[in-house]
Amino acid sequence: MTLGLINANPVVHAKKERIARTDDLHCDDNVDPLDIYDILLFAIVVAFDLGVGCIHFVRDIRDPEHPYSLEQLSVLSEESITVDEKLGRILITFTPTIQHCSMATVIGLCLRVKLKDCFPPHFKVDIKVAPGSHADEESVNKQLNDKERVAAALENPNLRQLVDECLYSNEL
Amino acid sequence: MNFVDDSVELREVQKLEGHTDRVWGLAWNPATGSAGIPAVLASCSGDKTVRIWRQNPSNGPFQCTAVLEETHTRTVRSCAWSPSGKLLATASFDATTAIWEHSGGDFECVSTLEGHENEVKSVSWNASGSLLATCGRDKSVWIWEVLPGNEFECVSVLQGHTQDVKMVQWHPTVDVLFSCSYDNTVKVWAEDGDSDDWHCVQTLGESNNGHSSTVWALSFNATGDKMVTSSDDLTIKIWGADIIRMQSGGIFAPLPAIMIEQFFQSIGQVLTSKYDREGVIASGAADDAVRLFVESEESKIDGPTYKLLTRKEKAHDMDVNSVQWNSA
Repeated sequence: MTLGLINANPVVHAKKERIARTDDLHCDDNVDPLDIYDILLFAIVVAFDLGVGCIHFVRDIRDPEHPYSLEQLSVLSEESITVDEKLGRILITFTPTIQHCSMATVIGLCLRVKLKDCFPPHFKVDIKVAPGSHADEESVNKQLNDKERVAAALENPNLRQLVDECLYSNEL
Repeated sequence: MNFVDDSVELREVQKLEGHTDRVWGLAWNPATGSAGIPAVLASCSGDKTVRIWRQNPSNGPFQCTAVLEETHTRTVRSCAWSPSGKLLATASFDATTAIWEHSGGDFECVSTLEGHENEVKSVSWNASGSLLATCGRDKSVWIWEVLPGNEFECVSVLQGHTQDVKMVQWHPTVDVLFSCSYDNTVKVWAEDGDSDDWHCVQTLGESNNGHSSTVWALSFNATGDKMVTSSDDLTIKIWGADIIRMQSGGIFAPLPAIMIEQFFQSIGQVLTSKYDREGVIASGAADDAVRLFVESEESKIDGPTYKLLTRKEKAHDMDVNSVQWNSA
């Protein structure tokens, strides 16, 4: 898929050939990081402001001709996901497209919601921005891993609607 | 309790089902559980309700005797009985604190405390039941006076924490209020004798051996000379207080804070911890385990040490959000 962008910053990758995965992993005892990756790959759709280089909600961009997946924007890659089966923990690291990306916490919330929908609940999920990739790294990571803050945020109807739009807009 | 043989074990007696979302908090009604009165427990949940459970008969299983619903419009995060056991306060993400009164088995919401800008996270009654404290994500701590006729009046809004306040707890014997926060500190609030103004008299932070991440909970032993705090930094810390100094307006002096982090091998934030009447500390963590700690018999030169008495792994299928001893 060629994109014909004049000012691609950062580079927007062509989609790799992948099989979209929609079944959940509830039955799986052994969790393969690539399975998680396949789930997240097409799960979250965002728009991209080329001028600033930052992610936006699809609804915020007046002419969202090219809604992007997180893989295309290199926010997620196969290396983003590590699973420690012994401890029952999953670590997701994602890379916001710019240092001051205001969508970082929302992307993190979207990842949490998607994983919660697809995963056995006993798996603990830690979500962090890739080290050095965001100006407020510590603050973003702390919010994303505070279960009480996450629960309260997802009860906020405005925020919940935005998360749902990111998660389901590719089905619209 | 005799710990000599060290074979203490936690055994699940009953699993109470009914809530349809995570259970955040618990509270035993202090006027129940002895003298022939069956024990009563309140639980609060992300399903926006509070459930009341009563032991039936006195030694038998617990049954749900009431569901307090259609009042809070969001998660109920914390609940606390007044010292008399007549009132139940419930703190909610809907920014309100509800006060419930019961007659017989029925509960009625008799008052709603408003004022917090967003989620209320915790509520606590002082020892005499004359004061109530609440705290929340708006970084403030509110103190309310309990007036006749189920009226509540806000007497102070305390600013000082720089982030979300997770829990408030009154000291068991003096009217001094403690709060702990996402800003990694514990703050101590007392009334100025002359002006009746409440202000922060001490902050326990990293510089005085405090926690390095969110402090989720704090609890006092029965006499109030020891406090345990639990944190996202995976440790629990024990603090000592000079009660005489506290009563005369002095400060809460921390012991060289004793860290028990060697017991937390998997990554699990300590969400809750509580002293029982005899000084045993229970903790619940995000690794799904419940642990009991007790002061070690061997005293050391630089102060008491604590040891793990027992650990119940997979006490629940998910994070343990609250532990409460029945002190009857």
